[in-house]
Amino acid sequence: MSGYPSSRSERVVIVGASLTGLHAADALRDGGFTGHITLVGAEPHPPYDRPPLSKRVLAGRMSADSTGLPQRQDLDAHWRLGNAAVALDRDARTVTLEDGTTLGFDKLLIATGTRARRWPDPDEAALTGVLSIRTREDAVELQARLAARPGRVLVIGAGFVGSEVASVCRELGLDVTVVERSAAPLAGALGAWAGTAAGRLQRRHGVDLRTDTSVVELEGDADGRLRRARLSDGAVLDVDVAVVALGAVRNVEWLAGSGLTVDSRGVRCDPYCRAVDADGRPCDDILAAGDVACWPHPLYEGLLAVEHWDNAVRQARVAATTILHGPVREHTALPTFWSNQFGLNIKVVGVPGRADQVAVLQGSVERAAFVAAYGRGGRVIGALAVNTPRALDAYAEMISRRMSFPPDLNAADAPDPVHVLDLAVPAAG
Amino acid sequence: MRVMVDLARCQSYGQCVFAAPEIFEISGQEVLEYDSAPSDEWRLHALRARAACPVQAITIGPAAGPGQDLRQPPATRPAADSVGVLR
Amino acid sequence: MSKSTGVASRPVSVSDVSTPRAELFARVLDPASRANPYPLYAALRSEPVSRQSDGTWVVSGFDEIAALLHDPRISSDMTNAGQSAGGQSLIMQDPPNHDRLRAAVMGRFTPEVVESLRQEVHNLIDGLLDAVGSGTSLDLVEEIAYPLPVSVICALLGIPPQDEARFHGWADTLARTLDLDPTMSREEQAAIDHAFTELHHYLENLVADRAEHRGDDLVSGLLTGGDRGEPLRGQELLITVRLLLIAGHETTVNLITNGMLTLLRHPDILERFRREPELVVPMVEELVRYEPSVQFRYRAALADIEIAGTTIPRGSVVVLLLAAGSRDPGHFTDPDSFVPDRIPNEHFGFGGGIHYCIGAPLARMEAQIVLPELVRRLINPRLTMDPPPYRPTAALRGPRHLWIEVDGIRP
Repeated sequence: MSGYPSSRSERVVIVGASLTGLHAADALRDGGFTGHITLVGAEPHPPYDRPPLSKRVLAGRMSADSTGLPQRQDLDAHWRLGNAAVALDRDARTVTLEDGTTLGFDKLLIATGTRARRWPDPDEAALTGVLSIRTREDAVELQARLAARPGRVLVIGAGFVGSEVASVCRELGLDVTVVERSAAPLAGALGAWAGTAAGRLQRRHGVDLRTDTSVVELEGDADGRLRRARLSDGAVLDVDVAVVALGAVRNVEWLAGSGLTVDSRGVRCDPYCRAVDADGRPCDDILAAGDVACWPHPLYEGLLAVEHWDNAVRQARVAATTILHGPVREHTALPTFWSNQFGLNIKVVGVPGRADQVAVLQGSVERAAFVAAYGRGGRVIGALAVNTPRALDAYAEMISRRMSFPPDLNAADAPDPVHVLDLAVPAAG
Repeated sequence: MRVMVDLARCQSYGQCVFAAPEIFEISGQEVLEYDSAPSDEWRLHALRARAACPVQAITIGPAAGPGQDLRQPPATRPAADSVGVLR
Repeated sequence: MSKSTGVASRPVSVSDVSTPRAELFARVLDPASRANPYPLYAALRSEPVSRQSDGTWVVSGFDEIAALLHDPRISSDMTNAGQSAGGQSLIMQDPPNHDRLRAAVMGRFTPEVVESLRQEVHNLIDGLLDAVGSGTSLDLVEEIAYPLPVSVICALLGIPPQDEARFHGWADTLARTLDLDPTMSREEQAAIDHAFTELHHYLENLVADRAEHRGDDLVSGLLTGGDRGEPLRGQELLITVRLLLIAGHETTVNLITNGMLTLLRHPDILERFRREPELVVPMVEELVRYEPSVQFRYRAALADIEIAGTTIPRGSVVVLLLAAGSRDPGHFTDPDSFVPDRIPNEHFGFGGGIHYCIGAPLARMEAQIVLPELVRRLINPRLTMDPPPYRPTAALRGPRHLWIEVDGIRP
């Protein structure tokens, strides 16, 4: 019997052996769970930290092997790595893995995360030199290509990952063109105003930034190697490295037919991380957390789906609480994320992307040290702190209190006067 | 030994840089960078950094994954371990 | 007579405190409360943001202090609460001026600079303990804790050894300026003014000398500037150097003294520490949580601040009672217990937010060297008097003397 789960001990299966899965396992042990924990991972690697991949690893200042995450000494988990889950049978309470193994569970945590959205044309996507950056292998390959000093790097998409890649390219002294379909980089997450400022920053650092532009074709040579990119503005770029940074796709295909409510936004959950079935009822024994989950947040309309490091950790802890104690603790943490690019520390709290107004309340954009608050419907809903990482906690508090926007702070380092700018009203949800 | 900083919590106080300059550095004005797989030689420094972090954002432990069970610390552990290598 | 438990370590209960809540902070300021203010803090915490009868707002809950330490509506410039300017040092200033001055200091107060003082600290504690000689009693404050930090700061600033004695005197007097203490007498104020003038003249000469002959000391560094900060000149440089002396001195004295006092009140932990010197790393954090040198800081409200079900009006004096927040049972398990390996330990012992203690890395290093050395070399140390006599200041809290009996001093 030793090592085999007895009928008395609960069996928790965590599908997804990355940040969320590891933290859920850690939180279960923290909470005194002594049962069986199995972590199932599609990738062959134990959990590793992804944020450095598009920063230090890409810059060649850190080995991809060094990204492995720490764990507690007494985690005592069983690992099924390099073996993706392919099916969930709710009634039988089993998960089937790629190699045909079936794992029974008492509680299941779905933490399969996301993968990089591929370039839509499969032939062009298959060209050598067309890369994404999501996994360790991606980072290793891209780092090697950057180290070989290509004449120009093309980055497709100016979200946070694309902008970070562009930042590393400039740090390495490489020419880089960033092509962004919308009017400004980072605009989806931070709105047009901050996006415009980010665009100025990128150009000042020598990035060839082309907004309102898209890549219409990637051309290869006879050996299937990327050679050129044709842009919607008519330009033809000679490039042999293109980084596709078009966001992420949730890994939910394996849940088809499971009877859970699943769509492109991920696994629908209740505030306790319980997955919701097709009839809208939460399942006590099946939970989801991290990038793959979406859930109703008390401060925001509709469902929130958050692909940030911080959410993975915090939601994992809520899920572990629900596994151990049932629905007693809601996941109400504010979305928080950070990015380091072009030498700046960028921190964000709340959901600035949904704002209809923005105002710089502290510091100065020109000096690249400021805090901007975002409002929607006359309430503070988000904040952006650039090189002012100690300022953000106060704004998180304002968001939680639904403080009126713009808040009357009378801050010592406030611009005089404070300007409130209107933003194009984004759709909710 | 693996080191992880919760950069959502981190406020770039820089205390870790004083405690373990071999592992942590502030690049530019406010950007914290760190070596997540430092040599065991710096274990005490890493523990100093974890203790000093004003927002307690640093986690130290063995690399996650299978195989850890085979690498349990010996019965007589160095004193540094008794102050808690993990969390 | 030594006692293994003292007043401060006895479990406290709110019911011990019968003072009306609006008078509690006045009792905190009363020197009679100095030996054990913690029951008063616990009573204050029952209303984490509490208006006192003099109009001061005392903030004593962990979450509320954490929020206000980061709040842009909170100012360190007390003229915003109608008080006279308390000095222009960076701890009494707001951004952007504060940020500029702080960057100038941080640019030169680097990990390398702190590390370069490590051997000096070892030498100092060795020398001070050697000087105790074959005696069987000592005053830890006078003989160890008081001289050491001034010597370290003098080394940092490049003060010649023959001038150190004068620095000790100035540091002693000027420590009181960190307290906005309404009970301060005219004589004390005169002594402070005199010390300021003397120190000012000394520093003027020092700066003039360093401007001619740059060295690798901090004053030369501040004159030169660095990647992250512009050079400091004139009054700003003098005021900043003076701040480093004042803020860095008594706080470290109290850290060492409170540390030994706490250990002597917990013989089991002292014994464990003897066996596990590395325990000092988390233990120093626990010390600054449990018996912090800086108990509270004054702030001014720049706008109405809604917090904890109440509103602090614009222009109010706000007391951030850091030492109370660091013992908030809502944040710490068993907060009135000294747990040397408490992990995690997110405390306010060095403040928080933009004014986080600049000297924290140096204080940690000094305590991490000095405490294990004291415990290693003092044979069978016992407290002679518990509680010991305290200095009157409430914001900077620490014993005036800490008399210890020993069986001897190990080499």
